[in-house]
Amino acid sequence: MRHLLSTHDLARADALQILDTAEEMAAVTEREVKKLPALRGRTVVNLFFEDSTRTRISFEAAAKRLSADVINFAVKGSSVSKGESLKDTAQTLEAMSADAVVIRHGASGAPQQLANSGWIDAAVINAGDGTHEHPTQALLDAFTMRRHWAKVRGLNSIGSDLSGLRVAIAGDVLHSRVARSNVWLLKTLGASVTLVAPPTLLPLGVSSWPVAVSYDLDATLDTGVDAMMMLRVQGERMNAAFFPSEREYSRRWGFDDARLARLDSLGLKDTIVMHPGPMNRGLEISSAAADSARSTVLDQVRNGVAVRMAALYLLLSGNSSSAHGSATENFERSK
Amino acid sequence: MMSKYLIKGASVLGGERTDLLVADGRFAPLEDSAGATEIDAEGLVALPGLVDLHTHLREPGREDAETVLTGSQAAAKGGFTAVHAMANSMPVADTAGVVEQVYRLGQDAGWTEVRPVGAVTVGLAGQRLAELGAMADSRARVRVFSDDGMCVWDPVLMRRALEYVKAFDGVVAQHAQEPRLTEGAQMNEGEVSAVLGLQGWPAVAEEAIIARDVLLAQHVDSRLHICHVSTAGSVEIIRWAKARGVKVTAEVTPHHLLLTDELVRSYDPVFKVNPPLRSSEDVQALRAALADGTIDVVGTDHAPHPSEAKECEWAQAAMGMTGLETALSVVQHTMVETGLIGWQQVAKITSQTPATIGQLPWQGGSLAIGETAQLTLVDPAARWTVDPQKMATKGRNSPFAGLELPGAVIATFLNGHPTVLNGELNTPTDVGAL
Repeated sequence: MRHLLSTHDLARADALQILDTAEEMAAVTEREVKKLPALRGRTVVNLFFEDSTRTRISFEAAAKRLSADVINFAVKGSSVSKGESLKDTAQTLEAMSADAVVIRHGASGAPQQLANSGWIDAAVINAGDGTHEHPTQALLDAFTMRRHWAKVRGLNSIGSDLSGLRVAIAGDVLHSRVARSNVWLLKTLGASVTLVAPPTLLPLGVSSWPVAVSYDLDATLDTGVDAMMMLRVQGERMNAAFFPSEREYSRRWGFDDARLARLDSLGLKDTIVMHPGPMNRGLEISSAAADSARSTVLDQVRNGVAVRMAALYLLLSGNSSSAHGSATENFERSK
Repeated sequence: MMSKYLIKGASVLGGERTDLLVADGRFAPLEDSAGATEIDAEGLVALPGLVDLHTHLREPGREDAETVLTGSQAAAKGGFTAVHAMANSMPVADTAGVVEQVYRLGQDAGWTEVRPVGAVTVGLAGQRLAELGAMADSRARVRVFSDDGMCVWDPVLMRRALEYVKAFDGVVAQHAQEPRLTEGAQMNEGEVSAVLGLQGWPAVAEEAIIARDVLLAQHVDSRLHICHVSTAGSVEIIRWAKARGVKVTAEVTPHHLLLTDELVRSYDPVFKVNPPLRSSEDVQALRAALADGTIDVVGTDHAPHPSEAKECEWAQAAMGMTGLETALSVVQHTMVETGLIGWQQVAKITSQTPATIGQLPWQGGSLAIGETAQLTLVDPAARWTVDPQKMATKGRNSPFAGLELPGAVIATFLNGHPTVLNGELNTPTDVGAL
């Protein structure tokens, strides 16, 4: 694996390797000294064409915990806002010897173009591109689900997958890179996925995806759900005729207090409620649900750092095979 | 002084081998061949010079992308003896002055006949009719009118345009794109767009406009031409309209005959075009429609762009592909080698019918004695790998780069003068004598 661009083409073995490595990284983050020297002397550039404080900070923390040098390149106020092209920016970073570029871009496909163009040799990590993919978000979601699912089944999460897990993803699937990345990765890891949304917020080609589709959130819950993932309703969609009103959307597709209680009445005691954040409380998710014991929102944020450490480590150490030993083993040997 | 050329052993329209004499700009009796330069045409197919109804030459205004000179050189290399230059230049070709300028630039260049297309509406803005009559009466003698790139969306304006061009037997060439259904669209809407997260350009956005316009054309009994048809549904509507006697003609581009939206998975902007590349089912329907005459002609939609317009993110990239120098090869590959049509029909769809639609009676002839010598010699057995760097067009944005294609244009004769010989550009002539 030279780049991490999407989960669509991510092999099962590579996905499991990232998740297993992330387990080790998570252990590091629980130590008093939360740092490994693994990427000392390497340079990671956070190239953000879109604002995203949460994702950028998560990548920054991940790189720093691996002792990499981090350059944050926000586009606002930069030469890019003065008309510099992606090609020129890439070649500038190449001239500065960047080892990895973490790119967030409003245009679908921009990370793939960066990786395939020949403009730059660095490893490219997609930190969210347009309405295409957000692979590290899906990996951290899968990491969170796997830990939970292993616990429910009394298994060790390392090496395990998500076979048998029933996941519902509800909300604006059409514009959601999180949903796309999750669909492919969850399928690869053996989970079954149901997308729940108004028909206007589902892509026309969704019928070819390896998922079930529902317009009815309550009916989906009735069939049994182990992980309920709510997607953010983006404000700019509300007045674009995708749905009549916030009130109607919330009533039909929001995870509200009544649906939280419904999980109890259905006997789904182990079902978790997920959200990639930031949340619109009261719209797609109620405060009671977001703050409930079922909510994994903060776990997802915490796990994001470990997963991104794993991705950076595996890409930059050139270790695409577990035969090379684990990150922490290498660290122990180097001491 | 015109030269004489004796073309030995060419297969006329893919039929029997014969000799052709070109003298004084026309096909002449063989007994007048004394002193003629001989051209060995064994194994070559002789076609009437190709005519393109849909070329973007970018001049005036975007000479960095293409000029009338470079575009017409590319046309000659592709076997064309006439091209219709689309109106979306800067300034827009919406006045007699601009169309005369383009026409004159074509004459001065001399590589191919350049016929300007006049804009339907002022500035392509879709608000009010351009001076269609003035363009028709100008020295450029415009007969094809189009806001290509912009759909004439207003149904009243479209009706008026269709009615008005009847005064000089013109034709309105519509770029069928319902604007609201395609706001922000980046590629064909379907399975691939769903995965890639690129906003879809639905087939129905093309089909709805075509359905409306064929009804309008029937209502006012006018000539309508549909540019670059791209969907199976559009084909069905055109077939239905022709059966009802509507005066509608349609074109398909070479790239829509070969490429599908699966290529967009690369996010390579060279595949970004309007209308977008569609599904393989659409491609098959377009081929069948071209074979059965539902689609009348091949139009290249040659759209050169400077490299910076394509070396960028997909969403920001310009739409369009070059096509003049690959068109005939793609037609051979998709239509002839698949057994769908023979060379006689190739001549019809690439030369004779476009010449008729564009009202160029001295183009698209029969290669008979006395006809103006517009001629293309193609070697159907040749194979070549497309290298945009070697093309005459300024645009390097060929979607066929690296692809091996059959068929090579060996010679092109414009008014009896070879603009291309042995596959290379030859000294141009003055087409102003027409």
